[in-house]
Amino acid sequence: MSSIWGTLERGVLRDIGLTCLAVAFIGLSYGAIAVASDLPLWVPAAQSVLVLAGASEFLFIGIVAAGGNPIAAALAGLLVNARHLPYGLALPEVTGRGWRRLAGTHLMNDESVVFALAQDDLPRKRAAYWVCGLGVLICWPGGAVLGALIGSAVHNTGAFGLDAMFPAVILALIVPDLRERMTLRAALAGAAVALAATPFLPAGLPVLLALAALLLLTRQRPSGATPEAGAAPETGAAPEAGATPEAGAVVEAGGKSGDHPVGAL
Amino acid sequence: MKDTTLVVAGMATLAAGTYAFRLSGQLLRARISFPPRARKLLEAAAVILLAALVATTALTEGHGFAGFARPAGVLVGGVLAWRKAPFLVVVIAAAGTAALLRLLGVR
Repeated sequence: MSSIWGTLERGVLRDIGLTCLAVAFIGLSYGAIAVASDLPLWVPAAQSVLVLAGASEFLFIGIVAAGGNPIAAALAGLLVNARHLPYGLALPEVTGRGWRRLAGTHLMNDESVVFALAQDDLPRKRAAYWVCGLGVLICWPGGAVLGALIGSAVHNTGAFGLDAMFPAVILALIVPDLRERMTLRAALAGAAVALAATPFLPAGLPVLLALAALLLLTRQRPSGATPEAGAAPETGAAPEAGATPEAGAVVEAGGKSGDHPVGAL
Repeated sequence: MKDTTLVVAGMATLAAGTYAFRLSGQLLRARISFPPRARKLLEAAAVILLAALVATTALTEGHGFAGFARPAGVLVGGVLAWRKAPFLVVVIAAAGTAALLRLLGVR
């Protein structure tokens, strides 16, 4: 471990620490919200350790608490977590080999990936990835359990406005993504679809129906017909024009911009 | 919570599937190139799902309207988040607004 601390600069360690603290706070609200939604404490506790991907866990408990089918909720959560696949494409070597890879794979999340991408060489990438990943592994479940304990003690959740916390938390998490206009437009359209469907469809389904808004995005960018550059302000260097895209450069674009991609976890 | 077995099955599905996503990217690295557009769409899909969750949980309860206090709180939180207020401020302001409105008799 001492080599890891030596590898990283102090500023990076401080940033990782602050990030983990923020994760702990989100975990607090996650645990409190879960029990306020009438889920038992072990649900957020187990999820926070076994899934370790906050946005999908929020989605899962949101759908289940509304009375939706847990399997449908899991599939919705998996859609949110599909972004981990390109993360792995971008950082195949930070986890290591053998058992280290099997363990390190579980630590892959928005934070650990962003910090790893920001480092210059492999030893530092690896150190940042593991330190941040382990920090999140401690802070996320720790916050969730503490939040659930606090939440269990509060009985009239409405009087404290706890029901407003859940949507506000998720909104705060996706605000960085919503600053891109196309995404904002699609998100608003999807939200409208979900709202319109809520009175008529069983719980959980309206949220999935929102994915119809993806059509807005696919239609806006016909392949080859118009030059990509004008249509979408890419975050970084996305070599769209003809050249075969290099898998590495792809995720780099998302990681470098400072604003974390979806969900903070 | 109605069916514990089903909830556990859902949790296991989510956990196992997420791990599979995390692992497969590393294993596929040498073999495929992932088009940026597909990545963009995946990312957008996640944001759309979460935005829909925000809208439905803020405005609806069951199949009906949730009342004014909750969406007002979420709106205050959203504006603060947009203005880059710290996470803790956003969350407390959202809950506080809803609580205050209810105290004043707004439902």
